[in-house]
Parts: sequence; structure tokens; C-alpha cells
Amino acid sequence: MTALVDTIDSPTSPETGSATVELTDVVKHYGQMQALRGFSLTLAPGELVALLGPSGCGKTTALRSLAGLEPVTSGVMTVAGADVSHLPINKRDMGMVFQSYSLFPHMTAQENVEFGLRMRKVPADQRRERARGMLAEVGLEGLEHRFAHQMSGGQQQRVALARALVTRPRVLLLDEPLSALDAKVRVELRDLIRRIQTDLKITTLFVTHDQEEALAMADRVAVMNNGVIEQIGTPEELYSRPRSAFVADFVGLSNKLPGSIVGGVIRAYRATFDLLGAPLDDGAVIAYVRPEDVEFADNGVPAVVVTSSFLGAHRHTVVRVVEDGVLVTIQHAANDAKSPGDRVGIAFSGRPACATPA
Amino acid sequence: MTSTHHTTTPPALVPKAPRGRQSTRPASVSPRRTTRVIILSATALFLGTPIAALVGFTIRGGLDGGLTADHWLGLFSGDLGAAAKPLAAGVQNSLVLALVTVALMLVLLVPTMVLVRLHVPRWEKVIEFVCLLPLTIPAVALVVGLAPVFRVVAQIFGSSSWTLAFAYVILVLPFSYRAIHANLMAVDVPTLTQAARSLGASWFHVLWDVILPNLRRGILAASFISIAAVLGEFTIASLLSRTNLQTSLVLVAKQDPYLSNIVVVLSLVFALILLIVIGRVGNQPRRSRS
Repeated sequence: MTALVDTIDSPTSPETGSATVELTDVVKHYGQMQALRGFSLTLAPGELVALLGPSGCGKTTALRSLAGLEPVTSGVMTVAGADVSHLPINKRDMGMVFQSYSLFPHMTAQENVEFGLRMRKVPADQRRERARGMLAEVGLEGLEHRFAHQMSGGQQQRVALARALVTRPRVLLLDEPLSALDAKVRVELRDLIRRIQTDLKITTLFVTHDQEEALAMADRVAVMNNGVIEQIGTPEELYSRPRSAFVADFVGLSNKLPGSIVGGVIRAYRATFDLLGAPLDDGAVIAYVRPEDVEFADNGVPAVVVTSSFLGAHRHTVVRVVEDGVLVTIQHAANDAKSPGDRVGIAFSGRPACATPA
Repeated sequence: MTSTHHTTTPPALVPKAPRGRQSTRPASVSPRRTTRVIILSATALFLGTPIAALVGFTIRGGLDGGLTADHWLGLFSGDLGAAAKPLAAGVQNSLVLALVTVALMLVLLVPTMVLVRLHVPRWEKVIEFVCLLPLTIPAVALVVGLAPVFRVVAQIFGSSSWTLAFAYVILVLPFSYRAIHANLMAVDVPTLTQAARSLGASWFHVLWDVILPNLRRGILAASFISIAAVLGEFTIASLLSRTNLQTSLVLVAKQDPYLSNIVVVLSLVFALILLIVIGRVGNQPRRSRS
């Protein structure tokens, strides 16, 4: 890796890598539609933050605003303390990888990677050397002279990554770069991105709608909804202590159990759960309980097994609660096989949960 | 063709041929070979007969019959007599006009189409309508409208023959627009532009280094079609009393009908070469560089 850092240590970007990125109260209107409503986010130097959310939540708009591809209605964006809100795209010094394959079709992989260096007027021999080094780093040694149409989707995105990184930008922006790839290549590439990002310590904003990708890659994940961040935290925090029902429902699997709030705690199926997030008035609610917080118990709530799926390290069994027909998913040991129709009892660990009024 | 399609498929699996047809080959969207040959022969005959007659005329030995290469040899020996001057002026003017028209067309059309595609794609329909409009206006009507404009043009640029290119640009817009538009649609211009910009490229570099190389096929096709259209234009030049290849051919035809027909044959050959070049440019595969 030392070789790579030496290779891409650009004379044109002396203060390379680790820069703090700050977006403050960013608002973006598309006509009447508000895509970002006072969006604020701070990325620590060298941190990888994933913006996760459903389609239309504003995550891509936030990334494109930072890149300079979308003019913002109001708000401030700074990189290493300098205001970049009104800088043109080509002056922001940010590398970007797009969702669609964005290689220049008339250039070879090598020429594509050299492009950013050429724009920075780096001498030809240095350009060639650095581009070759970067291509080797993304595992494309020997494919330097291929055109985009002669490469697979995964290879093209590797070139795009090399092209974005070779200039050693202060910020790396990834706009769903893996979504067009098949599952195996996606996992390989996400590991590669994470490894290079960690080695270079480059501040990175990564947009995805795939929670598995976000949880696996990011230092912190920001879950977005309706143009604002619902919750930001480490993958573990988001999963185990979601602050809202939206986050609990969007990140990981959750059972939606009918229950009620009594004195600030959730009661459902003889169990009691502390309430996560904002307090709720007494009344009927839907509680969000993780499959691993449900277990089989001889004296538990009577239920009938509907399906049971083997998932390698563990098993997911779906049961129907006898008293009200609600379906509950239970995560349990893989060797404890269940068959459809088996009569079982279920119990809850009682770990804190989120809820919404029913 | 039919004989090559015998298979060992069990009879039960072979679809039944319609009554009266001997073939057992599966139904196909493309016509049978004989049908294709008939259609192509009829078309070739229809288009080829006048050209064959044209070529035939250029090698006729006068009213007494017989074949001779004298008319062709006369052209290549430079012995053109009185026809030489108007013909040379016509060829020269048309070539200059073709160059100026292509340059104006490219400067006008390419940046406009790229900018509209990038920034105001909803205006594409308007641009398309404006560009295709000249197809619906007869050249005579165009000249009536252009005559007063050309009085102003003459005051500014003089009355040199190249100024006719301002009118020809309008004339070639529909063909050039179609050629460039087809290419533009096949390239993801917005993403390539954004990628180039994020890599530090100025707008000039985006256009010069990224977009234009990817529009090469469309630009070349538009240029060649424009050249062919300009070399074949007669009405506007004639009505505005300018000399170009076609008007000079009419003049030459009165003095030496053989010579004018030889030049027509040569310009047809030139147009054919242009079409072949367009086809080649369109189908050229890119290979990895070693």
C-alpha cells in the first residue's frame, strides 16, 4: 500500500486525503418539491459515511449538491473549513464514481485514469506511471489498453474508482456505484473500495439504498427520510438502538407486533419492552421487534410454524400466533430445525424497541 | 436456400407448412431469398437505367452512332474549350460553399444540441421542429424569403459566392440534425459531462476531449450529407443568380452536352464514395490498443 500512496501523492494536491466535510442547513427545491429540508451532516477526516434511505428521500440530491452537480437553494458546504458552496464542480477537488458506467468510451482504461491528471497538467510520464499504479491497485493490471466496451461492468467500475482516486482528491463521492453489478462482484468491489478508502484515509460519502452495503462498509450510516437525516450512527447503534420506527423498519428486519403503551413502556404478548425514541401517549401501538429478540419457549405464546429457512449460520422461522394470526419471524440456531405445522411457544427477550401509534 | 434448411427434426416437431408451400423451414420475419432478389433487381433496374443511359450518352460517337472515349479523354486532357471557365468556377464555388456550409452547420448545430441536451432537454422537440422545418418549405419559397436577407448579407460580406452558404446551412439542417441527433442519443452525454467536470475539466475540455470524440460518427455523417446536398443544389443558386456546380452544368450543357453529362456522372461517383465513407465510419469497430 505504501507504493500506492507514494504513487498518487500528487504535487497538485499537497493537502491530500483527510479533510473535514461539513454540510449545514442545506435546502434544495425542485420547483414546489423540497428535496432537502435543512440537511446537515459532518464527515470527520478519513471517515466513510453512507447515506441510506428509500428512493426519493434526497440522498442522491445531497451527494450531488456536495459535488456541485446541483445548485443548492440555501445552506453552506465546507471542505477543510473552506466554503465550496459556490465553487464550480471542476474546482471542488472531489472524486466521484457514478451509478451508471461513466467511462469515456473513446479512451482506454489507462487514458480514462489519466484524464484527471491531464486536466491538472501533470507531465505525461508521471501520468502514465500513476495511472498504471492505480489500475494495478484496483486489480486491473494488464487491462490498461482495453476500452469500456471490452470490459465487464465490475471492471468498468474499478476503472471509474481508479480514475476518481488517481488525482488524490480531498473527498470521494460514491453514487450507488455497485447497484448495477451482480451480487458476487458487488461484494468484491465493496471490499476493495473499503480497503482502498481505509488505506488512503480519504473522506468518503457513499449513497446507497442497500442497507447491507451501508452497514458492511460505513464507519457511520445516516438514514434519510423526506430530505432530512432521521438518525446517524455506527451500524451497531442504528441496528440495536434505532431512534424511530422508520429506522427500525428500514435497517434490518423487524417484526411488527400489535401492542400498547402503558406508562411509557410497550406491552405486547405478555412481554414488556422499554420504548426507544420519542415518548408516546398511552394507547395502541405497533412495536418493532428484531427476529433475534424472539425465541422458542415451551410455555410461551402459542403459535404454529408457517415456514423455516436455512440461512447458513442461523435459521429464520416464521410462525403464526394462534390468538390473533400475526406472523412473527424468529432467528434461531441452524440446527434447531422446525417443520411447517409444528405447534410451538414463543417468548420475547424484552430488549428495548421502537413503536408507532397504531 | 430452401435446400440448405433440411433438418433431422422428427416430423411431429416440424410445424406444418401452409397449404401449397413446399418448404419445411420455420416461419421467418425476413422475406424469402427469391423475393429479396426480385425486389432488389427491380429497384436496381429502376435506379440504374437512367444512370446507365447517362453513362451511355457520354460514350456515344454522335448522331451516326458507335462508341467513343473521346469525350472522356477530352476532359482529362484539359481540352475543354469555352466550357472550361464556367465549369471551373462552378466546381470551385461549390467546393468552397460545401466547406463553409459544413463549418457553419457544425458551429451552429453541435454546441446547440449538446447544450440543449445537457441543460434544457425539454427544448429538444423545439430544436427538432425548427431543424426539420426546411424540409417542408419549397426552395422557391425559401428564396422569396431569403432575397431581401441576401441584400443585407451582400452589404456586409459582399456578393461573393460563398455567402450562399448562409442559405445552404438552412437547407442542410434537417439532414445534419438527424445524423447528429442519432449519435447524441446513443451517448450518455450528461453522465460523461459530469464525470469529466468532476475530474477537473473546463467546459472547453468537456466539449473538445469528451463529447466531440464521441459524436465523431454523427458529425462526419452530417458533414458528408451536407457536402452531397450542397454539390447537388441548383434552385437557390439559380434564383439568386449565383454560380455553382449545378448552374454551371446547365450553362455547359448548352455548349457541350457530353461534358456536362460526364461531370454529372463524376459527381454521382463522388456522392457514392461519400456514402460508402459514411457507412464505413458508422461501422468502424474500436479495438484495444496494444
